[in-house]
Amino acid sequence: MALDSKEVEKIAHLARLAVTEEEVETLKGELSGILDLVERISAQDTSEVLPMAHPLHMNQRLRADEVTEENRREDFQSVAPLTEDGLYLVPKVIE
Amino acid sequence: MMNEPLHEKTIRQLSKGLADKEFSSVELTRHFLERIERYDDQLNSVITLTPEPALEQAEEADRQIAAGDAGQLTGIPILHKDIFCTRGVKTSCGSRMLDNFISPYDATVVERLKQAGVVMLGKTNMDEFAMGSSNETSWYGPVRNPWDTDTVPGGSSGGSAAAVAARLCVAATGTDTGGSIRQPAALCGISGLKPTYGRVSRYGMIAFASSLDQAGPMTRSAEDAAVMLSAMAGFDRRDSTSMDHPVDDYVGGLEQSLVGLKVGVVKEFMDERLDAGMAGSMQAAIEQLKQLGAEIVEVSLPNSHLSVPVYYVVAPAECSSNLSRFDGVRFGHRCDNPTGLEDLYKRSRSEGFGAEVKRRIMIGTYALSAGYYDAYYLQAQKVRHLISDDFRSAFEKVDLLLGPSSPDTAFKLGEKSDDPINMYLSDIYTIAVNLAGLPAISIPAAPVNDMPAGLQLIGNYFEERRLLNAAHQIQQVTDWHRAAPGQFE
Repeated sequence: MALDSKEVEKIAHLARLAVTEEEVETLKGELSGILDLVERISAQDTSEVLPMAHPLHMNQRLRADEVTEENRREDFQSVAPLTEDGLYLVPKVIE
Repeated sequence: MMNEPLHEKTIRQLSKGLADKEFSSVELTRHFLERIERYDDQLNSVITLTPEPALEQAEEADRQIAAGDAGQLTGIPILHKDIFCTRGVKTSCGSRMLDNFISPYDATVVERLKQAGVVMLGKTNMDEFAMGSSNETSWYGPVRNPWDTDTVPGGSSGGSAAAVAARLCVAATGTDTGGSIRQPAALCGISGLKPTYGRVSRYGMIAFASSLDQAGPMTRSAEDAAVMLSAMAGFDRRDSTSMDHPVDDYVGGLEQSLVGLKVGVVKEFMDERLDAGMAGSMQAAIEQLKQLGAEIVEVSLPNSHLSVPVYYVVAPAECSSNLSRFDGVRFGHRCDNPTGLEDLYKRSRSEGFGAEVKRRIMIGTYALSAGYYDAYYLQAQKVRHLISDDFRSAFEKVDLLLGPSSPDTAFKLGEKSDDPINMYLSDIYTIAVNLAGLPAISIPAAPVNDMPAGLQLIGNYFEERRLLNAAHQIQQVTDWHRAAPGQFE
């Protein structure tokens, strides 16, 4: 499986990663190499096999719909890059 | 024995020394802080050292001991892998992304060990976001192996392994997604246990691949690992995959006889491709097990050769999803002067993540993207079922499985860092265990060319007690685990 530059750029965009032209060149080879490695699974016949969702085949546990956490907004926002009046600040999205 | 230095003692010996007032926890803590100060320049195993809180915790431990209110771990100095959130202390996960992150809460593992009375000396170096097998992907620089500082300690829990091997702490915590406890334990000559998936809470443990990640102890003996696991294991409602299953008496099971224990040697792990020195080391361990009364048979895991390919779909897929939370908005690194939201996301992530993390995010993004999901992720989860079924069949015939933890002893720094695929193959013997969610331990076997080699024992689900028992019995009749790197006397 050989990826071309356009595919690498598309994957980078989907992953929200900025990549330089030089990085695209390197990534093309590296990612194609990894895909060649994982390609080995495609030859395996799995028509009769179910996908494994959990090692112990356990279902997701549900909890009662109750408030269990205390409000620690100030603590949590103290590690944010930029906040104001309890809100997270980002560049303007809507004109 | 009387004059044995403090850093050579087991947890049980230290606990007795504390109870008998031979030394205090403050003295013990100072001893290890001094060793870290003296030796860690050569190893780079610690990212953050926390001497003041450590000494406060030690004072508190001494009060508890004086009041007769102490457990086995009260006052014992340990290091935490920097993947565990520690309230008020930097939690970097080995990444520039979290270089400025002071955690507002404690991971359950940290909380439980704190309740058990341990003293936290600091946080250990690791591969960035636990992605690596050599500790060379850390933003804080590589860790060096105390047995030969030109070689790697393994990864991703390389800092924890190197620190325990150089006796800079009594024990350390680690995490294992594809071998990240067992492979560095093998390369550094220590004991490292990866418990059953769901045995130890993942709450507050920064997620890499959520269906594979599991925390465990890294120690100098199976006995110490049993003490540590007893404090770490147990149900946690805050982790939705935590198992509500009784915690066994791991320490109480250590002395059980191995007579009649059926041990299966994994054929695929011991074939002609295995290095002759490593094969000899495994054979010596098998001989010891026979003398202890175990019955040795050969078993096959026919799909195990597909483990690495399956892993490099499942783990990157889960990683790409988990690491999408690092967006430069709520915490972690943010780029300067973003021109818009997309620029903010893209540049914050590109500056914050290193090359290996980016590769895995991109592979995962590709495997999950429209048109490729069935061929990659779904197919990988199906083959994962086959790998898991192999173990199920094997455990119908035997109690434990045996093989090497790693194909090689420690390799040179830089030897594999430019070749991701070659690096991925460092974990060929450990990955299948994570895919199946089973417990496994790596303990020192006979050294190969004067470097540590690791013996891996794999157990059935929730059979940690039996694993620790077998490992401890081997350590009662061998001294491989007592060897220490000479430079760090």
